[in-house]
Amino acid sequence: MNQYFRDIFVSVWSVLIGMAVTFRHLFIPAVTIQYPDVKLKLPERARNRLYVNMDDCIGCLQCEIACPVNCITIDTVKSLPTEDLGITSTGHKKRLWVTQFDIDIAKCCYCGLCVYPCPTECIYMTDVYEFSEFKRHDLIYNYVTLTKDEIPSIKNRTAEYEKEQAAKKAAAAAQPKPPTPASSTSGSPAIPKPSVASDGQSKTSTVTTQPPSEKKA
Amino acid sequence: MEQVLRDIFDNHFFIYTIMAIIPLLWVLPYALFAVWLERKVSAHMQDRLGPMRVGGWHGWAQTLADILKLIQKEDIVPKAADQKLHFLAPFVVFIGSYAAFATIPFSSAYIGSNINIGLFYIIAVSSIVVVGILMAGWSSNNKWSLFGAMRAAAQIVSYEIPTALALLVVIMMTGTLNLQEINQIQTGWFWNWLLFQKFPFVFIAFIIYFVASLAETNRTPFDIPEAESELVAGYHTEYSGMKFALFFLAEYANMFAVSAIGATLFLGGWNSPFGNFLSGPVWGVFWFLSKGMFFVFVQMWLRWTLPRLRVDQLMYVSWKVLTPWAFACIVGVGLWMMI
Amino acid sequence: MIDTESIPLKTSTGRTLRSEEMVINMGPQHPSTHGVLRLELVVDGEIIVDVVPHIGYLHRCFEKHAEAMTNYQQVIPYCDRMDYIASMNMDWAYALACEKLLSIKIPERVEYIRVIMGELQRIASHLIAIGTYGLDVGAFTPFLFCFRDRERILDLFEITCGARLLYNYIWVGGVSHDLPSGFIDKAKAFCKYFRPTVKELNDLLSYNEIFIKRTANIGILPADVAIAYGCSGPMLRGSGVNFDLRRDDPYSIYDRFTWEVQIGKGLMGTVGDCWDRYMVRVWEMEQSLNIIEQALEQIPEGDVMSAIPKRIRPNPGEVYVRSESPRGEIGFYIISDGSASPYRVKARSPAFVNLSVCPEICKGYMIADIVAIIGSVDIVLGEVDR
Repeated sequence: MNQYFRDIFVSVWSVLIGMAVTFRHLFIPAVTIQYPDVKLKLPERARNRLYVNMDDCIGCLQCEIACPVNCITIDTVKSLPTEDLGITSTGHKKRLWVTQFDIDIAKCCYCGLCVYPCPTECIYMTDVYEFSEFKRHDLIYNYVTLTKDEIPSIKNRTAEYEKEQAAKKAAAAAQPKPPTPASSTSGSPAIPKPSVASDGQSKTSTVTTQPPSEKKA
Repeated sequence: MEQVLRDIFDNHFFIYTIMAIIPLLWVLPYALFAVWLERKVSAHMQDRLGPMRVGGWHGWAQTLADILKLIQKEDIVPKAADQKLHFLAPFVVFIGSYAAFATIPFSSAYIGSNINIGLFYIIAVSSIVVVGILMAGWSSNNKWSLFGAMRAAAQIVSYEIPTALALLVVIMMTGTLNLQEINQIQTGWFWNWLLFQKFPFVFIAFIIYFVASLAETNRTPFDIPEAESELVAGYHTEYSGMKFALFFLAEYANMFAVSAIGATLFLGGWNSPFGNFLSGPVWGVFWFLSKGMFFVFVQMWLRWTLPRLRVDQLMYVSWKVLTPWAFACIVGVGLWMMI
Repeated sequence: MIDTESIPLKTSTGRTLRSEEMVINMGPQHPSTHGVLRLELVVDGEIIVDVVPHIGYLHRCFEKHAEAMTNYQQVIPYCDRMDYIASMNMDWAYALACEKLLSIKIPERVEYIRVIMGELQRIASHLIAIGTYGLDVGAFTPFLFCFRDRERILDLFEITCGARLLYNYIWVGGVSHDLPSGFIDKAKAFCKYFRPTVKELNDLLSYNEIFIKRTANIGILPADVAIAYGCSGPMLRGSGVNFDLRRDDPYSIYDRFTWEVQIGKGLMGTVGDCWDRYMVRVWEMEQSLNIIEQALEQIPEGDVMSAIPKRIRPNPGEVYVRSESPRGEIGFYIISDGSASPYRVKARSPAFVNLSVCPEICKGYMIADIVAIIGSVDIVLGEVDR
């Protein structure tokens, strides 16, 4: 019988304690924010959308190899000895035309593993997190700066050059051989040695968040 | 009010229609407001903001937008459902909860029907709700819905006993079943309210009534018929669109009905707490509605504080706690009145 | 009417139903199964006669993926996604296994950072377990209070590694970033903030009489059954078994801190009931705070990247390393064939093992209790199915 009365008393009392807690919280300011109107500042290390600064890319394929979900696709073409592709901001000499640099951001798992091996620090994660699209193929970002017309001509030029070189070699060997068709891709990761340390502008941490407008056809 | 209408109009049918529609004019906006209030109260108790966008100030139009959305929704009826019962159930539930408003005095000048057995009528008519819930659960042809309906039936039927017993205390003290007369007995300052008389028996009876009414309206901690973490939605799982909205409306109408009955019987209904200060038919409406809304708020407060009871514990509370204590109150009040 | 005599109704396990029984399907889309768990219940009215859990709805081939990677480092993002509530502990367990395979010595600072992160993650994970448990028994408000506090921990993680849920922070041989400036102050501020909140949680939920009535004496798991089924973590400690890998098989630097292993004492009912399992988590959060506070005081300076190997190519061999995740014993068994990627990775996931005891302890209770029991096991389906 005592237990019966004790149970009733404890129940009522614990209900009242709970009600006091919730009533106190009625007057505590909310911790939530109104998201689209108010946005929190993301910390410096925020890992969101990938961005590639193509001016610095040397086509070394390190990021493609590091990606655990294979969301980066890179295709490169060797440049001609006569062509000068310039120097990256970290002082690496660019030797390859990057004819394809696609990131399927829908596959990306935001692990950041592609960021660390990059020798020129040209691939990094930005603080942009609002990039939903209505079609899945719109999420395949194409970072190549070359236009659609340029890519075939570069490929042709290099193929012709390699054909010529092959023909020359063949001629030099004085053993006429049919010229081997050179492959348009050079899959081997050709990492050029860093040349003179002409460290021009240090890369700023503020990231241009311009979404790549070109989309994969 | 009825007399005024009789002076203007001749047609009895017309008069009764007007009289019947007046509570609806309160219940519909009230339901919109209460749903919004529930969301705001819950949000602020949980350190959130709740709806803030629709309509400008603190999202006041959120429920309007929700209703518009529900109206546009497709009315989905399961193929294996009992079509007729499935269609009828939400209406029966709403009629059950709305019919209780007929004898609730909103003011000294307005009561839907000033009948002598008002309280008895309310207890009787509010039981219709359980028929509608059973119809909904059975006709949905869904095991989870049936669970919800069976739980609801068991719960509402057993909680009607402590409710009726607690109300019996009031009837013993006032000697009438007419709610308007019960109100008139409590006129004057707030110590004339029944709640503060024959302490503590009436006070305990009021607590019993309030707890039991929570169970009758299926509110937490007695919301097992629609327990969302067990039965997902209970008896209205298979309802969509406006039929679902009707269940919702009925729940909120029921919440106000039980609060209003509690306010009328124990807290003086439309009486001002301060004697003649701010009293009169119009202020009466104000006092009545504020008292009702206060208990609606307490119901919300409890809902966002407490966990849910289990079925057997619910029955334990009804039969072994509330019912004996209600009997004790009756005996106490009876002895007090004899002495 | 179905004549049950002539057409025997059967469950998927071939059990014939008696005429009063019915099969009811709980999940995979059910708010209280914590993901995509499906329970096939045989009920007699509201009473549970039999439970058959069906798993596999979230199977993502973790172990096969791990074999297909080109190096050991790439497995870590997949480990993150195993137990997505406690990613840090998953990464840590995998890193520990790889480090043992490679025999790497870890810098002091890295060990401290890992302990701080692991214990913060334990608090975050327990907060979810407690909050959703409150939701299971019908209390909505504690759920949001718990999430509010968890957000603060995620903020700490975000300033450290940039991610809020899937961190890829603990690497083989180190961590991906050093602690940012101001982290230690913020972590101390969190510890100071969090202690009173636990008390508030206790007021609102733990010692609420309705909550106690719903959880005490429900789903009693005796110690011998728990050991026989291989349960671990709060599930095992809730049954009164005083066993914690952090103390009994110390890995990393857990032997340097003073703290206590919390066990269920049966305060409100029987030892090993749902309330004990729940309360062990609440107490463990406070113990984790103790560890964090000590670690924040003792943390030395140093380089966090120095021990990270350039290329991970362990000698052929195999290793099993276990550690204490918020849910129990997480173990990684890795076979190396000397190549750059693992030959075989097997994860011993605690939630999977803990879930297996459910049919044993669910019988005879009501449907509402089964929700409470499943909630008290604290399963994460990502880890159960992998």
